[in-house]
Parts: sequence; structure tokens; C-alpha cells
Amino acid sequence: MSTVHAHTVLIVAAILFVLGLAGVLTRKNIIFMLISIEIMLNAAGLAFVAAGARWQQADGQIMYLFILAMAAAEVSVALALVLQIQHQHKTLDVEQLTALKD
Amino acid sequence: MQQYLFLIPALPLLGFLVLSMAGKHLSRNLIAGIGAGSICAAALVALVLSASFLQSPPESGAYTQILWNWFLTGHLSADISLRVDALSLVFICIITFIGALIHIYSAEFMRQDRDYARFFASMNLFVCAMLTLVMADNLVLMYLGWEGVGLCSYLLIGFWYETPGNYRAANKAFVITRIGDTAMIIGLFLLFKELGTLYIPDILTKATEHFNSGSSTITLIALLLLSGGIGKSAQLPLQTWLPDAMAGPSPVSALIHAATMVTAGVYLIARMHTLFELSPTAMHITAIIGAVTLFIAGCSAMVQTDIKRILAYSTISQIGYMFLALGVGAWSAAIFHFFTHAFFKALLFLAAGAVIEVLHHEHDIFKMGGLRKKMPVIYYTFTIGAAALAALPLVTAGFFSKDQILWYAWSADGGHPLLWAIGLAGAFITALYSTRLILVVFFGEMKTTPGHLPGAAMTVPLVILAFFSVAVGWIEWPHNLLHVSLFSEHVEHALPATTLKAGLPPEIVFQLIAVGVSLFGIYSGYVLYYGESPLLMRWKQSQGLMDVRNFLFKGWKFDQLYDTLLVRPFLFITRINKADVSDKLYTAIADINLHLNKLFSVSQNGSLRWYVTGVLVGILFIITLQLLL
Repeated sequence: MSTVHAHTVLIVAAILFVLGLAGVLTRKNIIFMLISIEIMLNAAGLAFVAAGARWQQADGQIMYLFILAMAAAEVSVALALVLQIQHQHKTLDVEQLTALKD
Repeated sequence: MQQYLFLIPALPLLGFLVLSMAGKHLSRNLIAGIGAGSICAAALVALVLSASFLQSPPESGAYTQILWNWFLTGHLSADISLRVDALSLVFICIITFIGALIHIYSAEFMRQDRDYARFFASMNLFVCAMLTLVMADNLVLMYLGWEGVGLCSYLLIGFWYETPGNYRAANKAFVITRIGDTAMIIGLFLLFKELGTLYIPDILTKATEHFNSGSSTITLIALLLLSGGIGKSAQLPLQTWLPDAMAGPSPVSALIHAATMVTAGVYLIARMHTLFELSPTAMHITAIIGAVTLFIAGCSAMVQTDIKRILAYSTISQIGYMFLALGVGAWSAAIFHFFTHAFFKALLFLAAGAVIEVLHHEHDIFKMGGLRKKMPVIYYTFTIGAAALAALPLVTAGFFSKDQILWYAWSADGGHPLLWAIGLAGAFITALYSTRLILVVFFGEMKTTPGHLPGAAMTVPLVILAFFSVAVGWIEWPHNLLHVSLFSEHVEHALPATTLKAGLPPEIVFQLIAVGVSLFGIYSGYVLYYGESPLLMRWKQSQGLMDVRNFLFKGWKFDQLYDTLLVRPFLFITRINKADVSDKLYTAIADINLHLNKLFSVSQNGSLRWYVTGVLVGILFIITLQLLL
């Protein structure tokens, strides 16, 4: 069984996280921003699993299950909001959704 | 009897409550019935009370009734409790009895007024407050009454608030009396600090043990209390509000600004007599203020043309006599003059009100004239009142009280020949302007056609008051003429007797001089004002004399003096300080916050991407900090 070094996995997780972050910052469409957030969450989950494997602790996997459940809940709420936004503003472009400003 | 004491102030209060709450829905007859009825009922209770007091004086010298504890903080306990001794009794009788007559008179006098209910409500509240003032057994409750009468005075001076100037007169009265009131409350604080009590009998007993005679503390307290009295009683230098207070209806002038409220200062000083006796300086100042006021106000009364202003200045002058008497230690003489003055001055004001009403609201006496035949009842009653004011010997009440004061002004312990001389000059002036008033208003040719004559509700109180203006003098005769001194015997249950100096000329000499001066004053008035007087004509030609006359007419220009000394500088300061310097600090704090708010609200622009960046920067900042530290 070939072992994977923990810091290799962490590097992958970091790359995933930065990719997600870049997506959030650059995408205009709100659905793509959501997908990017999912990627960031998964990056965090990957880091937890890697850490759990490194120290032989179950905590990392348990945290990943939490993150999974949380992500599912978040997506369902977020998609419902997206539907409402589409319904009311007829757009999903965050540049135009500025009703919350001062 | 003691348990019914509360009825005396409670009945007018009840009248006030009913009229102020339901007054709009009641008929005029009912309003008059409630307004006058409550005071008449209080007068009846007071009558029964005085009968029982005179028949069997209570052993402690006073009836007391404790109703409830008002408040209790630390050592200060104020009760709503009443105490009626010989001194309060005199005031209660005057307030309720004359108050009842004036209310009956007003029922007709104010009949056509739009705010009939408001008038009676305010009058009832006034009577209630005045009774509280004289019946209170502690100075806190007394101060409540004191401010209560001030409030009612303000409300009633400004009763016809739609006429321009009336509200100004009301404000003036309120503000000027407030100066005195402030001094008085500081006096009360000092008194409490020194003695630890504001219960009047305790103060009077403790003061003699606590204070050394003539110490600076007691002098200060006495002077502060005196200032309160000066403000309320319109004495020099706070006298300028009273002539303007005549803007109110005539019954108000009669009740508040002649018979009762303005004598509250006299009551206060008499009530606190122990404190004043401990401070000879305060006594001298009281006497001097009284003497100067009586002269100054008398001179102004001599040249006024508005019938009510003449009476107003005369009131100031007569209260000056009371202060003079208080100052020389002639306590009972002061109260006796209050007693007689209340009758004849109320009479004069009510009669003047009737004259003004009949002549279609004409106030100028030189536009009256020749009313003797047209309105005989008013003529006779007014003449009796004026005769009492002029102290016509033996037949009027004013003579007995004023003669006593003049005699004591020299002979009492604190007396001085100079005080006597000023009092005598005042007596001459009083006789002169009383005569002038009668001759100008009722004699000569008619200048304004009289309207509808007043009915019985107005004339009957006049006749009753006229009777008393003559008769009340006979209960107190000069010692050397007749041994009748019912009044001073009664009052001296509560006040110390007057002590005399040794080695004086016989009293009869003083009396003859006083009588002579009064008669000479009346004669001078007759010479000057009966028909066309060549002497008066010649005086009117002289520029110098006219200047003096205008100076006196303007009340010795006290208003102008205060205007230049106080009002203008004050307005100047307010003008340059419009932006209010002391507010700068607080507005600065608000401004800084407002600017910060503008600065930060730029960051809230609604762009989601901007927020994400913000969060990111924040996280990086925290992580960097973690790594560095």
C-alpha cells in the first residue's frame, strides 16, 4: 500500500481552496459562486481527512461528515434563495444585485 | 371642631376639580353656584371654626389636624397637616369671607364672559392654595401654597389672554415674584440645614436656642425670607409687577392683588417673627423697605390716570405700611392693618370694576366724572372705601389701623422718628389721592354716558364690604381713647406684644398730628381737584413739574431701570450667544460620529465581491497576526 504524504494532500487541498476562492471572487453568476464555495468546503474537508489519517484519529473523518451535512443544508437554502432572486430580479448577476447597499 | 379643619381648603379644591373637569358641560347658573357656593361653604366652616376658637381657645394655642404624611426623606418629613392659631385664623376669615363676597360679585360681573367656568375654576384653586399657605404647619406645605397662589395669579392676570399685553403682564408678575421665591427657598434650605426641621412651631422654639441674636446666619435667613415676602407683596425693589397685574378682571385684582395674595409676605414675616426678632438688622431693613415703598408707591398713585393703577399703587403703598409695622416690631398693628385694608381695598376694587363696567370698559378717570347721581350705591360705597383709605378719623377702619402703625413707627422698640415722618408723608399723600379719585370720578360734569347699572349680586357685596370698612375699626381703639383692643388681644396669642420705648411724648399728640395730616391731605385734594383749580392749571404750565409728574407716572421709572440694567444686557448676551457656546462640546461629539458613519458607510456598497474581499483581508490579517505573535 503506497502511502501518500499528508503534506501532499494538504497542497492539493490548498490548491482546491484557492481555486474556489478565485471562483468566488471572479465569477459574476451567483450559481457559479455557489459551486466555488462548494469547492472551498471540499478543500477544507480534504484537509480534515488528511489530518485524520496523519495522526490516526477519527476526528478528521467525523468533521468531514459534518461538513458534508452542512454543505447539503447550505446548498438547499442557497438554491432556494437563488430561485427567489431569479424570480424577483430577473437576473443572477451579482454586479446588479446591489439592493443591500447603504 | 379640629377634625373639620380640612374642609376649609378642601371645599374650594372640590369646586376647582368639578369646574375644571366638567365646566364645559355645565350651565352658567350651575357654574356660578358651584364656584361661589364652595367658597361660601368654606366661609361658613371658617365662621364656625372662629366662633369655637374665640369661645374656648385650644390649650396649645392652635387647632391641628394631620391628614397624611406627604413624604419622608432622611431627616426631612413633610406632612399634609393643618394648624390654625390666632394669626392663621385672621387670615382664614379674611380669605374665605372676602373671597365669598368677591365670588358672588363675579357671578354677575363675569356673566357674559366666554370662559365663565375657567374663571371660577382658577379663583377656587386660588382660594384653596391661599388657605393652604396660611394653614400649613410646616414650611414645605406652606411653600406649596405659596407657589400655588403664584400660579393662580399668573393664570388670572392673563385671563383675557387674547388681548395683547395681558400675557406679558402675567409673565412679568410670574418672573418677578419668582426672584423672591428663589431667595425664599434658599432661606428654607438654610433653615433646614441649621435647625434640621421645617415644622413651624419647632422652628420658633428651636431658633431662640440655636441662634445668637444678631448672628450673621440668622440675619441671612431672615433676609432671604424677607426677599420672598418682598416679591410676593410687591415691595421695593420687586414692586413693578403689581401695577401691570391690573390687566386681570377686577374681581381678581380685588381678591388676589389687593386683599389676600399680596399680603402673603406679611403673613410669612409675622409667622416667622422669632427669626426676625433675633436679627435686628433684618427688622430694620424690613421697616426701611416698607417706609420707602409706601412713599414711592404713594407718589406714583397720586398722578396715575387709570383707576385700577391708582388702586394698585395704593395697595403697594398700604402693604408698605404693614412692612413698616412688622419692621418696628408692631406685629399686631401690621396684622390689623392687613385686616382693615383687605375690606376697604377689596371694596374699592370691586366698586372700580363696577364703574368701569358701567362706563363701557373706560379706565381713565378723567373720562369719567359726574357719576354721583347716576350710580348712588357705587358712589356711596366707593366713598366709604376711599375714606377708609384716606384714614378719615374715627368713622373709618383705616384710621384705627394706620394711626396705630404711625404711633408705633416712632414709639415701638425698633421705631425711629424718620420712619414716622415718612409714614406721615405717606398718610398725607394717601388722603390726597383718595380725594382726587372721588372728586374726579364722581363729581364735575359727565364725560361718558353710563350704560346698564349693576344688579344686586354686585351691589350687595359692595354694601357689605362698605359696612365692614367702617365697622371693623371699632374692635381696636387707641389705648388712650377707649379700652377696646379685641383684635390685638386675639392676635397676641400667636404674636409677641409690642414693646415701647421709654420717655415718649403722649400718644394724643401723635394722633392729633396724624388726624391733622389726613384732613389736610383731603383738603388739599379738594382744593386741587374740585372744579377748575387755578393752582393745578398753573402747575400744568410748568415744564419742570410736568417732568416730575411723568417720572412719578412711570412708577419712578423702575421699569426702565430694570430694562437697562437687566433685560437689555441679558438679551444682548443671548443674542451674541445664539449658537450656545456650552453646547459646542456636545455637538462636536455628534458631528464626529456623523463623519465616521459617512466614512464607514462607503464600504457598504452592495457588491458581494467587495464583501468577500473584505472577509478575505480580515482572515489574512488575523492569520498573519497569529503567525507573527
